[in-house]
Amino acid sequence: MANISSNFLGIKSPNPYWLASAPPTDKKYNVLRAFEAGWGGVVWKTLGSQVKNVSSRYSAVDYGGQRVMGLNNIELISDRPLDINLKEIKECIRLFPDRAMIVSLMADNDKKSWHELIKKVEDTGAHGLELNFGCPHGMTERGMGAAVGQDPEIACMVVEWVMEAATIPVITKLTPNVHSVVPTGRSVVKAGTNGLSLINTIQSVTGVDLDTLVPNPYVAGKSVFGGYCGPAVKPIALKFLTTIAQDEVTSKVPISGIGGVSTWKDAVEFMLLGASNVQVCTAVMKYGFRIIDDLCEGLSNWMDEKGFKTLDDLIGKSVLTITHWEDLDINYHHIAKINQDKCIHCGLCYITCEDASHQSINLDYGKPYNTYTVKEQECVGCNLCKLVCPVDNCITMEEHRVAPEYLNWIEFQKRGLPLNDH
Amino acid sequence: MPIKNNRLTKEQYETNFADIHPPFENKTAAQVEASRCLFCYDAPCTKSCPTHIDVPKFIKQIVTDNVKGSAHTIFSSNIMGAGCSKVCPVEKLCEGSCVFNLLHEPPIPIAKLQRYSTEKAMKENWQLFERKNSPSGAGGKKVAIVGAGPAGLSCAHVLSREGIDVTIFEKESKGGGLMTYGIAAYKVTPQFCEDEVNYITAIGGIEIKYNQELGKDITLAQLKKEFDAVYLGMGVGVARQLDIPGEKLEGVVDAISFIYDIRSKGYPSVPVGDKVAVIGMGMTAIDAATQAKRLGAKEVTMVYRRTEAEKPCTQAELDIAMLDGCEIVWLAAPKKLKGSQGKVKQLVCSKMTLGEPDASGRRSPVDTGETFTLDVDMVIKAAGQVPFEKLVKKYKLDNKNGKIVINENCATNIKGVFAGGDAVNGGKEVVDAVQAGKDGARAILNYLF
Repeated sequence: MANISSNFLGIKSPNPYWLASAPPTDKKYNVLRAFEAGWGGVVWKTLGSQVKNVSSRYSAVDYGGQRVMGLNNIELISDRPLDINLKEIKECIRLFPDRAMIVSLMADNDKKSWHELIKKVEDTGAHGLELNFGCPHGMTERGMGAAVGQDPEIACMVVEWVMEAATIPVITKLTPNVHSVVPTGRSVVKAGTNGLSLINTIQSVTGVDLDTLVPNPYVAGKSVFGGYCGPAVKPIALKFLTTIAQDEVTSKVPISGIGGVSTWKDAVEFMLLGASNVQVCTAVMKYGFRIIDDLCEGLSNWMDEKGFKTLDDLIGKSVLTITHWEDLDINYHHIAKINQDKCIHCGLCYITCEDASHQSINLDYGKPYNTYTVKEQECVGCNLCKLVCPVDNCITMEEHRVAPEYLNWIEFQKRGLPLNDH
Repeated sequence: MPIKNNRLTKEQYETNFADIHPPFENKTAAQVEASRCLFCYDAPCTKSCPTHIDVPKFIKQIVTDNVKGSAHTIFSSNIMGAGCSKVCPVEKLCEGSCVFNLLHEPPIPIAKLQRYSTEKAMKENWQLFERKNSPSGAGGKKVAIVGAGPAGLSCAHVLSREGIDVTIFEKESKGGGLMTYGIAAYKVTPQFCEDEVNYITAIGGIEIKYNQELGKDITLAQLKKEFDAVYLGMGVGVARQLDIPGEKLEGVVDAISFIYDIRSKGYPSVPVGDKVAVIGMGMTAIDAATQAKRLGAKEVTMVYRRTEAEKPCTQAELDIAMLDGCEIVWLAAPKKLKGSQGKVKQLVCSKMTLGEPDASGRRSPVDTGETFTLDVDMVIKAAGQVPFEKLVKKYKLDNKNGKIVINENCATNIKGVFAGGDAVNGGKEVVDAVQAGKDGARAILNYLF
């Protein structure tokens, strides 16, 4: 059986699943339940300035009859007294010594505050620190959270303060509310952070209540921009992760992947694109800690099937398969093929190709079932029909290379090859 | 115990005649099912609906919480969409062709979703259509319709939308036709039928004159004189006779009047025997058999002269009868009824076998010469209904065994007189009659303008 134990900057955990800094990790009660359920580690909800939270705090986007495709929150960092948090962290470490305990921090914007906070947290025996440079709401107005992460110079300065005091590994959490995470990533790596984690939540408005006309979440007739997370943000997180995993500076440190991880497949994808472990929050906020069983079993079974013995064997495996557009092979061509035995005649391939792509599907009228076939000469191989087809493997993309040799766009232009004529 | 009414308690009647297809409990339940719909293009369900309801569209509108739009989509094609959602044999129409069947998955519950939107529209009394005001066009034009059943109401609604004033002449005291008088009460209640008629006529411009029977209270000549066009949608009439000895014995009733009584008099008033035989295997036969059982008959036996493979009812309907505990005897044709003291006591049936295919393409039953006898105290005849042949012939309407013959423009041989629905086709589904009414209305509009 595959070994799914994880070692992140020397912090060991029985599996690569940490709970992200968030409501599920804000007190001993939840954290002990998480450890009992089998979670590998937690990032304790951010400690720092004193705050007060409002009601309500969350709103969601539902899709296709399913709840919470995306979750939005306006909750701030921990609003519990610091000494209670520290005492509880210590107890959790004592009760579950084999699990990872990382503490998320967001001190006031001065060196002294950071140093004092780090000292107190290290006294609990915590294994690592995560710097919250990502929170996009509430704290930013005070020049904290994402306000730090959005400015590479300020981020660099704070990390330098932290590294002066910290004796345990430091992970810097990046905000996605930037055009690129790389500048801040590089800046904090240069300042000495031991690792990176990303992404934090994305600023959002999930919707407007069509009766009150007030966006949600609703707080006494008003709302604010919140932080978006959950399955909806995964593709964005994977993109940001890849840019960090590919950059020559930021790829030097391990990355903890965050952003919509809900299943073992999501976790594998994050690791293939460079994450050494993953952090989970929204899936737990929807279903509770019990999802850890399948996260571990699914990962382990997949690794066995693929012959991966340890996580290190698969981490980063796909990073270099994402390339520049100019390097793609123009001579590669594939054409959709509809398996008539599997086709259920829903016509979705036809209408989507007809209205939104290249009119490459033929309709032969039947009552009640039409027959759909691909016009091979017209098909550009865009995948759209395959994507909308509701039947597994009914539409497949069959390879029909234009020519055997590799040819990219730059070379194509150089040779003066012909462009489309229609 | 002989034929007797009042066999059950109030609670038992209520349980036995409760809605067989209960609606969605709430919005979420409807949306979860609606979300399964693939939104097929040129959808098989729509093509399989005689009224061509844009099914994917109305279901999508449930998903987007546009229930009003959803109801409008349904009613635009089928003004009796609410009733059809309860009585259509969807397993052989829309739901039967849902592409999920090809995946061996349960089809989208189209009827239940259609009920969700239309019932809400009726409950909230959403008026989704407006009459056209065109003094120079429709102004002053008047059309008479005979029969306030599905064909007549559907025809009336389309005409009214175009600004025409419609008068419907109905021989019964309530509208809805067979919907009101000929369908099992656990599918639609008389109250629902009345509400549906009121909802349809709420558009205005449709007056229903009840207790007005063609050939008795009014004449075709009168209608032709007073109106610009006439639409005949009076359906079919009496039950087909078995033409066997003993048919006049007490305890022998026809299914249509049996169901009519259940619906017009209330469950406790309708007498039913201990041992009931139902002759026939169509939808009406099933409705009669199941309701006899639900009224408290101890044994109900359905006899049909062909085999299960040729049955005219759907499997879903047969399942209802079987789950109600009705016995089924295939390949049995009624030969004679025996009685004593004027009351029916026995049904003698010929045992049949299947021979060569007949005109319908089904193998025809052939008498083996053997017989068997069922002890009965009630026999319900459900061997189909016959058209108003006498009436049709009296008015010299071209017909085929009493079924009015129309051309491709829904016109009869008499100028200005149109026809459709069961009166023409001899008896099909409600949804077919609704489409016939629409076609008739279009034809009348072409004729008038």
